[in-house]
Amino acid sequence: MEKKESEYWRWKEYNWKSPELNWEDFEIITAGVDIGSVSSQAVVMGDGELFAYSNMRTGSDSPESARNAMDWALKDTGMSLDKIRYVVGTGYGRVNVPFANKAITEIACHARGANWMYGPSVRTVLDMGGQDCKAIRCDERGKVTAFLMNDKCAAGTGRGMEVFADLLGVHIQDIGELSFDIDEEPPEVSSTCVVFAKAEASQLLREGWPKNKVIAAYCAAMAHRVFTLIERLGMEKEFAITGGIAKNVGVVKRIERELKIEALKTEKDTQIAGAVGGALFGKTLVEKGKG
Amino acid sequence: MKVAGVDVGAKFVKVILMDDGNVIAKSSKLVGFEQKKSIDDAFQEALGTAGVKEEDIGYITATGSGRTAVHFKTDELTEVTAASKGATMLVPSARTVIDVGAEEGRAMHTDAEGKVLDFVINERCAAGAGSFTEAMARALEIEVEEIGPLSLNATEAVPMNAQCAVFAESEVVTLVHQKTSKENIARAIHDAIASRISSMARRLSIEQDIVLVGGMANNVGFVESLKRELNMDVTIPEDPEYVAALGAARVASARAGGGS
Amino acid sequence: MKANYGYKDGSGEYFITIDTDKCNCCEECVKVCPAGVLEMVANDFDIEADDMPAVTEKERWKIKYTCAPCKPVGKESTPPCIEACKEDAIEHSW
Repeated sequence: MEKKESEYWRWKEYNWKSPELNWEDFEIITAGVDIGSVSSQAVVMGDGELFAYSNMRTGSDSPESARNAMDWALKDTGMSLDKIRYVVGTGYGRVNVPFANKAITEIACHARGANWMYGPSVRTVLDMGGQDCKAIRCDERGKVTAFLMNDKCAAGTGRGMEVFADLLGVHIQDIGELSFDIDEEPPEVSSTCVVFAKAEASQLLREGWPKNKVIAAYCAAMAHRVFTLIERLGMEKEFAITGGIAKNVGVVKRIERELKIEALKTEKDTQIAGAVGGALFGKTLVEKGKG
Repeated sequence: MKVAGVDVGAKFVKVILMDDGNVIAKSSKLVGFEQKKSIDDAFQEALGTAGVKEEDIGYITATGSGRTAVHFKTDELTEVTAASKGATMLVPSARTVIDVGAEEGRAMHTDAEGKVLDFVINERCAAGAGSFTEAMARALEIEVEEIGPLSLNATEAVPMNAQCAVFAESEVVTLVHQKTSKENIARAIHDAIASRISSMARRLSIEQDIVLVGGMANNVGFVESLKRELNMDVTIPEDPEYVAALGAARVASARAGGGS
Repeated sequence: MKANYGYKDGSGEYFITIDTDKCNCCEECVKVCPAGVLEMVANDFDIEADDMPAVTEKERWKIKYTCAPCKPVGKESTPPCIEACKEDAIEHSW
């Protein structure tokens, strides 16, 4: 698809299916559908193994977004929706997933998903989503012991980063790399509000700051903001980041610097943690006979 | 003795020149790319209007978020005190002063002399300040001056869910797509910010009379919404955006005369 | 579990913390809140547990404003939700 010049915020949507697994070999097939305010994911798991998933932008209608995400995840798998024993809806639109058997809050799902993605040593999970940021503490089974959600302030969220990419005319996936293409770390920018940060960034560009320096300052501001949230909750090793911003090395590395700890790495898509957790809860419920 | 009050806000620099307690000149300049130049321009313009020289001004008090940039100032004053002093000068019966500028909303409980008893500030968040309406006007694709009068023609109250200005912009776009009239959206925007400002003010024991100052006081839509939210009448002095500069000049007069 | 509902914005941190380990699910806090900020919800974190109090989704990003009347400036006072909780399970961050 040809990109329009004005869509610097647009991140890549895609689907994936396991090259070696066949759905007919599974005993229990479950799914998690995470309808966020910005992105939606559908994850299909067979006996707790990742079989297929999709990751796309949420439309204006939650039920339709849920159906689209599920259809796209199942595309070319040769499998149909009726083969799925249990579907868990999660995220902001969790009650609007028409084919879900149950809705579970995203905090519980993210902890469970991170436990599967990063292993049982994870104790602190930071989920940096499109419209909110959550800090979660969990035990070795991925059970939540404390959480803090920062609701509906754009600073420190994916949406805040999208606004910024548009302002600077830089593609969102390039922001992380560019933020390190600088001579030295810039002084802190003062604004924590995205609206004021935009005005401040424009002013800095006029004062002759190179674009990358402004990007670096903004990534640092975002990292600091998130750091204060984790500080409030308390930090316990090991630490992992999920959600869209986890793909932004400019923010991630600066969070690691502030926390003085390296985040665990994964080969998996960091945006599917919530849906993975949902699918795993589905499996547990089927096994307990509650499905 | 001639004195000056200089209020360097986030968007405008306001200057008031006073002679023996009477205003002899006022000027306002948009803060451009260079804050210092805007300050100098506003000050020179006021001097020109009054026909006085810089050395004739015996005392200069600066206030506002950019007050440290006023290189020719004698001293400084917080925005809270400046707004209270200015408001009580114009409306002696004022006991609650609500000041909404471009980047900050404030509410003060004051005595007759403009002495602040309690105050509350909403800073560094656009949701409780004039920037909010500016961002929403952009989302509605209208001039910021139009948004106030537009909301007076609303036919119904539409709720607005988003708090943060960034998310509220998306919500406005959605409302436009849903064919909600621009008048009703404009009212929803003013209701949202008025609800935030009034709940901030309610943290103080609201005593009448209530005076609204700052740039947002010129927005008729916001004023209507605020009166509705507070369920009380609100007085708006003439040139409400100059009130903090006036308060600073009043304090400069007192200090120059050896007063407090 | 310590559940923190709310947000941080440029003007400060506004969180209501409910300690579900201390909470005895008596619902008093929900009843006394004059603004309907709290509700009883299913405990998704522990399927076996009773319903627990939580801040409603609608209020989560507004508590600074909604709770303002219960937090007068210049007066020592305890908000009714904290007052009502015999288990000391509720805290406000601001």
